[in-house]
Amino acid sequence: MSIDMAQFHQVFFEESFEGLDAMESGLLNLDMGDVDVDEINTIFRAAHSIKGGSGTFGFTAVSDFTHVMETLLDEMRDGRRQITQVAVDVLLGSVDCLREMLHAIQDGGAINQQSVGLHKLALDRELNQIPVAESANSQVVSVHSSAVQTEQQIAGWSIAFSPHLHLLKTGNEPLRMFRELATLGTLSVTADLQGLPDLYQLDPEECHLSWKLALQGNVPVNEIDDIFDWVEEDCDLAKQAIFTSVDTPSSAAPAIVNEATAAKMPVDEVESTAPDSVVAVKESKKDEQKAAAKGSSSIRVDTSKIDTLINMVGELVITQSMLSLIGEHFELGKLDQLKNGLSQLERHTRELQESVMNIRMLPISFVFSRFPRLAHDISSKLGKKIDLKLVGEHTEVDKTVVELLSDPLVHLVRNSLDHGIEMPDVRLAAGKPETGTVTLEAYHRGGNIVIEVSDDGKGLDKDKLRAKAIEKGLIETDTILTDKQTYELIFMPGFSTAEKLTDISGRGVGMDVVRRNIQSLGGNIEIISTLGKGSTIAIHLPLTLAILDGQSVAVGDETYIVPLGAIIESLNIKEERVNRVVGKGETFLLRGQYLPIVRMHEIFNVTSVKHTKLTEGLLVVVEGQGVRCGLFVDDLLGQQQVVIKSLEANYRRVEGVSGATILGDGSVALILDIPGLVRLANQ
Amino acid sequence: MSQNDEMKDTEQAEKRVLADQSQFLSFTLGTEEYGVDILRVQEIRSWEPVSRIPNVPHYEKGVVNLRGSIVPIIDLRERFDLGRSQYTPLTVVVVLQARIGEKSRVMGVVVDAVSDVIDVDKKSIQSSPNFGAKVSTEFINGLVSINQRMVMLLDVDKLLKLDGVDSLMGMNDDDEN
Amino acid sequence: MATILAVDDSASMRQMVSFTLKGAGYNVVEAVDGVDALAKAKAQAFDCVVTDVNMPNKDGISLIKELRELPNYKFTPMLMLTTESGMDKKQQGKEAGATGWIVKPFNPDQLLKTIKKVMG
Repeated sequence: MSIDMAQFHQVFFEESFEGLDAMESGLLNLDMGDVDVDEINTIFRAAHSIKGGSGTFGFTAVSDFTHVMETLLDEMRDGRRQITQVAVDVLLGSVDCLREMLHAIQDGGAINQQSVGLHKLALDRELNQIPVAESANSQVVSVHSSAVQTEQQIAGWSIAFSPHLHLLKTGNEPLRMFRELATLGTLSVTADLQGLPDLYQLDPEECHLSWKLALQGNVPVNEIDDIFDWVEEDCDLAKQAIFTSVDTPSSAAPAIVNEATAAKMPVDEVESTAPDSVVAVKESKKDEQKAAAKGSSSIRVDTSKIDTLINMVGELVITQSMLSLIGEHFELGKLDQLKNGLSQLERHTRELQESVMNIRMLPISFVFSRFPRLAHDISSKLGKKIDLKLVGEHTEVDKTVVELLSDPLVHLVRNSLDHGIEMPDVRLAAGKPETGTVTLEAYHRGGNIVIEVSDDGKGLDKDKLRAKAIEKGLIETDTILTDKQTYELIFMPGFSTAEKLTDISGRGVGMDVVRRNIQSLGGNIEIISTLGKGSTIAIHLPLTLAILDGQSVAVGDETYIVPLGAIIESLNIKEERVNRVVGKGETFLLRGQYLPIVRMHEIFNVTSVKHTKLTEGLLVVVEGQGVRCGLFVDDLLGQQQVVIKSLEANYRRVEGVSGATILGDGSVALILDIPGLVRLANQ
Repeated sequence: MSQNDEMKDTEQAEKRVLADQSQFLSFTLGTEEYGVDILRVQEIRSWEPVSRIPNVPHYEKGVVNLRGSIVPIIDLRERFDLGRSQYTPLTVVVVLQARIGEKSRVMGVVVDAVSDVIDVDKKSIQSSPNFGAKVSTEFINGLVSINQRMVMLLDVDKLLKLDGVDSLMGMNDDDEN
Repeated sequence: MATILAVDDSASMRQMVSFTLKGAGYNVVEAVDGVDALAKAKAQAFDCVVTDVNMPNKDGISLIKELRELPNYKFTPMLMLTTESGMDKKQQGKEAGATGWIVKPFNPDQLLKTIKKVMG
């Protein structure tokens, strides 16, 4: 039977990556002084599973590598080896290396042999801190045993088999074993009843019989051993080879000698544990490249979520059949029933939609989980003492958000670790605890998820920020800024780049890119800081990127969707409240505040516009990223939930537009991007 | 544009190489005749009103809903500066697939009328000289003569590469470096 | 047809074992760890148990030990999936009542051959 093992590869990769994550967080949780056996067991088990799977699926390079890790972990688990920070770091490095190897295999790429070699060397070095004397011996044995050759032809075997009483209770059955033996040659069996007690003393669950077996044929000893392999210790077994007089040297059949099953075993370990083991990486490229099938993006869903969904679909089907029943013989008297049915349909559709969206929700821990490692690496690199706290890891957020959030968050956390938290001596001198704290917190607020990165470090220095912004030519010397505006300087392009390029935070990607990424997700980012006390950066994001509560507005023949969350109010305009400032456009006085007016038909060049006089149309007051303005439109249409579709998939990014949606009549409406519109209007 | 379709494409492409023959869909714009590789044609539709997109070149007419995807519609006459024509329900939109970089992209092009499916022997394709047509030669892969008519074969990938889109990407890259 | 209980915390191994056995015509019930397996074994009779050794919650050796103590599983063949490095595991497994073992890595043919050995 041939089975295509490739079908299991995707699952193997997924569980291996999970296993690696578990190993990593386990390693980070290890307390040097006080060994937590459960923790080590978890780490060991993950390594063990990866090794078993990779061996089975033919990824030899991975199983070889994991084997060395496993050996090290095994010794730690048994208490034969002390757990040191160095060993943990080596293991963490190996986890990374393994992850790269698996990624390479999954993508059908080549394994970075150099990196694998280096990590293996480091592992070997760790391992060899205790001598492994046995390995040398067993090597000799194995060499010796393979040299043994038989010079005589085997004609058959004479076997005496006396099971111990408990044999049957191991699930082994002599009859089946004899049947196996009979497949190897001609078998004759004689039972010896001598051991049988009398009936009153007989325990039928015990085995009192023994057998004499005569097997004819040139049967290699290992095939016989295979059959008795499992019962070696549950029986007395004697086997004697019967030779023919032919003495042609034969290399095919190994000798009778009770040969080296024991020696075969450690050979594998010799390679990895020999003290001078040179980075010898075995390859099995062919198998690995076959595994190229790259995984499509998948998601793991809690079964309870699926069950809810199935229930809802059930309800929907019932409603549908009820409606079609009404429709079959419709008469006016059934109008109420129809209305009821329709409202039921509406409710079920909405619930179904919510449940479907809910499937895409993942706990934010998917992003958070990588930070303990980051904090560990950075703090040991910089010689800082840092405690990373994760709060609200179970907060759920849309899968897309989770994926896109990862990079900006890494940047922010790195900033906090690198620039925020001071060196231990500085902290002590400032009267703070030596260990700094960085907190990552996620929570829901309204339709948003808020993620905060806060530290109790040195905080932002407003004067320095200002000076730097002036020096970089970002603001004038006489520009007046509020505190908030001053902090926001760090988000300006060209501000945070380059001055001090450490390999920890400065990779040339500035805070402006972070902010742009967050904004492209429809969110915003805020910063609060107190000099000497620390900083908090808060990211606000919509819970889901796929659905939006929208207000439809009409501008000429066009329909646009304004995100409901951005709308403050809509009002008619009185001429006397409008101000026209030359060169600065129109403004509108609302409760003492002058708001710029954005004429939608002008910035979008709509020729079919109905109203060009401000008093005839409507002003929709919106706010986006702290900027308020009034959008001048012809009319308000309905409010509805819309499914966001990408414009960029087949087309392009359009300034002032965040996406598109399909309306009830099948036509396309653009969704307005308020901050983008404000930018557009200012041009 | 599932992988299935793509697989079908490559299969057919292989067969085509064997036969050394290509099939092109030909259509007219004014008095000129053009052809596109038929494997790139996803479907042919009649004109329907589009949703306008603000502040884009005039030949990008807008977007429509094509079975749940938002697909842009390009007016080829205007793209090639061949003047404008009135849209009627008989106006034809050819939905094309382009590969730009790694991604595949779907767009509709407005043409006057679809005329024929033509078999073209690859050897008979002539490289495009700098002739008098208004279409800049960058969109043209070659010329072929069918029954005394000259058909200009268009490079779909280049044709659908929109101005500004790719340069915008370049800009972003610069920012981040 | 005989029904086999396949126990492994690794989904890929579990799928591979299950797929192979089903392909050979056996009925297969999967369990993700010892606790799951024990519950399933109590609810339904199995003709053979194939279990991984190293698993969370309850490992394969404890599982075999507890199963052997159940009257229904006194003589049932129970195989453990173990790695070549686990010599002492084999010993422990035998003591717990395992019928035999299959050494990882193994391929579907080896698995089937071994299963046939205990299922007759």
